[in-house]
Amino acid sequence: MDLIGATAAWLSDPAHWQGANGIPSRLLEHLALSGVSLLLAALVALPLGLWIGHSGRFSWLVVTSANAWRALPSFAVIGLLVPFTTVLDANLGFTLYPTLVAMIVLAGPPILVNAYQGIADVDADLVEAARAMGMKERQILVGVEIPIALPVLATGIRSAAVQVIATATLGAAFGFGGLGRFIVLGDANQDNGELFGGVVLVAALALTTLALFLVLERRLVSAGLARRAAG
Amino acid sequence: MNGEPLIRWDWLFAHLGPIADRVGQHLYLAAIAVSVGFAISFVLAAISIRRRKLYPFVTVLATAAYTIPSFAMFAALVAITGLSVFTAEIPLVLYTIVLFVPNIVAGFDSVPWDVLDAADGMGYTRGQRWWRVELPLAVPLVVAGLRLASVSTIGLVTVSAILGDSFGGLGYYILDGYHRHFTTEILVGGLLSIGLAVIADLGFVLLQRLLTPWAARRTVGG
Amino acid sequence: MTADAAAGRSAASRTGAAALEFRGVTKRYGRGEQAHGAVNDLSFEIPSGAICVLVGPSGCGKTTSLKMVNRLIEPTAGEILLDGVNVLTEDVTALRRRIGYVIQQVGLFPHLTVGRNVAVVPALVGWSKGRQLARADELLSLVGLDPASYRNRYPYQLSGGERQRVGVARALAADPPLMLMDEPFAAVDPIVRERLQDEFLRLQRDLAKTILFVTHDIDEAIKMGDFVAVMEEGGRLAQFGPPDEILAHPASDFVARFVGADRGLKRLSLVTIADLELAPLPASARAGLPTFTPSTKLRDALSVLLAADSRGGIALDEEGQPCGFVTVDAIASALADDRQPTATRPGGATTTGVSAAAGDAKVTAAGGDS
Repeated sequence: MDLIGATAAWLSDPAHWQGANGIPSRLLEHLALSGVSLLLAALVALPLGLWIGHSGRFSWLVVTSANAWRALPSFAVIGLLVPFTTVLDANLGFTLYPTLVAMIVLAGPPILVNAYQGIADVDADLVEAARAMGMKERQILVGVEIPIALPVLATGIRSAAVQVIATATLGAAFGFGGLGRFIVLGDANQDNGELFGGVVLVAALALTTLALFLVLERRLVSAGLARRAAG
Repeated sequence: MNGEPLIRWDWLFAHLGPIADRVGQHLYLAAIAVSVGFAISFVLAAISIRRRKLYPFVTVLATAAYTIPSFAMFAALVAITGLSVFTAEIPLVLYTIVLFVPNIVAGFDSVPWDVLDAADGMGYTRGQRWWRVELPLAVPLVVAGLRLASVSTIGLVTVSAILGDSFGGLGYYILDGYHRHFTTEILVGGLLSIGLAVIADLGFVLLQRLLTPWAARRTVGG
Repeated sequence: MTADAAAGRSAASRTGAAALEFRGVTKRYGRGEQAHGAVNDLSFEIPSGAICVLVGPSGCGKTTSLKMVNRLIEPTAGEILLDGVNVLTEDVTALRRRIGYVIQQVGLFPHLTVGRNVAVVPALVGWSKGRQLARADELLSLVGLDPASYRNRYPYQLSGGERQRVGVARALAADPPLMLMDEPFAAVDPIVRERLQDEFLRLQRDLAKTILFVTHDIDEAIKMGDFVAVMEEGGRLAQFGPPDEILAHPASDFVARFVGADRGLKRLSLVTIADLELAPLPASARAGLPTFTPSTKLRDALSVLLAADSRGGIALDEEGQPCGFVTVDAIASALADDRQPTATRPGGATTTGVSAAAGDAKVTAAGGDS
């Protein structure tokens, strides 16, 4: 098909690999945004999820609101933030903040809900045995609950990461760069090579991230949990 | 946007008609995608359950499809199938399939085998067992899938606004408002699409509660 | 018996065993009108090195009482004294690290290897890695599991019986002066259970730990306990004493019903041929009579005699030589109230020649010990 040829041509053109609008810099932009939003989301969602899972308090409240946030369409969230963030900072508020915040909102719920569910699903007998052996609460959380809940925890983070990478492309419609920029430009200029080139790049990035996480999970999760169904 | 009032109520009231049309268009696009997607998914799920070996294959395809951003898919498909409602619907349907099939399969898997055993033992035919036992018990997870897919589709319809002015339902206002630096329009598009998504979410939560009076506890997240 | 236990203590247990006392311990749930007592004014004493079994019907508060010792549940009133010190005054974490805890579901951490599981408490108290490893191996051997093949396995790879053994090893790891065991052998099948009980009793002969053991099974209570505390609904102590006393003199209708109408027979399973006064061998009719070894329980001997419809049987000594005659009447009179049997359970310190497969009466027409 002509499309494949055009895409291949676009991807192999060395000019597209340099400069501010080149593939590497857009890739970096995309990764940086995804990484930062994932990190910030995890910074809040992970401890919160672990804590309510361990203590059992407020679980209904927190989880229900997390699920509510899940329903929000990212496209709308980014668009809505623009008028407000530009008031804060005319430049970054126009290009960066809306997408960044929307991605944090996107990544939070899966991380939180999985952290909560993972810890809550740890067999109560095991927690009691740990307590009976003289472990302090924090030691129980870190030494017993988290390792056992790790598969579910990791799934949450992985799922959030892939979603963020894929959805960050929407930012390109609202002033952000990243790999979505190629799709937007390709669409605007009727340049199928660029458009599909962008698609290929994003898909590749998302799938690579997925694979990396799966490998990491394999390494980190104890072999003793192999037989147990996650979650 | 400086020096302008935040909301231009006059514009809002002048455009109530078109806004309502857009809401209708939004729901229409979403409904088509969800129902068509559901039908196809049901068939795919049935096949997956019958032929277990195919299932991992289906899961991998689904995950791969989901990683392709909706944005990209809309733009890409325009190049292939041209600009039309059909083009817009393809990715929408595809994404619902990706969400439905695992949920439907899991739903039927969740029926405890001893319940099926008892049903057979009591003399249910295959068909009766499916209709009266398996289906009702599979409902919670299937409805959870419906909830997820509907909310997701409503969100994706907004993205389809990039295809052009006649598309995107309420997403049109978001994009148009953005390009024109017109806050009111963005607010209308954004808040209404969020509203639709939240209402759909709550609606399905309610439906799930109604359809499963026997469920003692709800699982988190669906 | 405590003296015997002390004499038999092995290098595996260096710390002394603690004495445990319950003084007026009460646990109430709810408030005012709703209050109901799970445990009511429980008082008894266990000397160091003894096994005390808490037994009773479901809901009698036995598990609650156990859990108050390591304060998984806090008592509403009363004191629990470990070597004279009230456990409520101690730091709860330090207390728990000094008490071994074995539960029915074992609670092995699935994400740790068997070796790391056993070493949990030593790790918590800060032993060096080398010392942890050595101790884990030592204990695995003690409970009958070859360290080389078990230390790196994961719990999901073990059978129920193996998991129980690891659970016991784990509880013993830091050499605690007290062990709490909550229906530890209930989740395995009867054959495995009997083996675990016998091996545990043998272990206890070496280690002489103070043990508080909970079960709902009266037969297990009688077999395992140096002392038995029968509890009734409402969390009250119905009777406390050595197993034979509970069987011979139940303190109330409830206790009599709980131990069962066959308590007479049950008492017979506490005594062996070795403790019976034997009649002299009759001159005639020796061939074909059942024979018994010194470790045969009177209950099993009686069962054999009744089934064989025989006047009596031949008691053999350790060398397998006939040394006396056993009759049904002689066994029956051992039950008489004025006769207190000297041994309190099979495998107890005073009986000799306990075989490895303790508890089965190997009776053959040709004699011979197993």
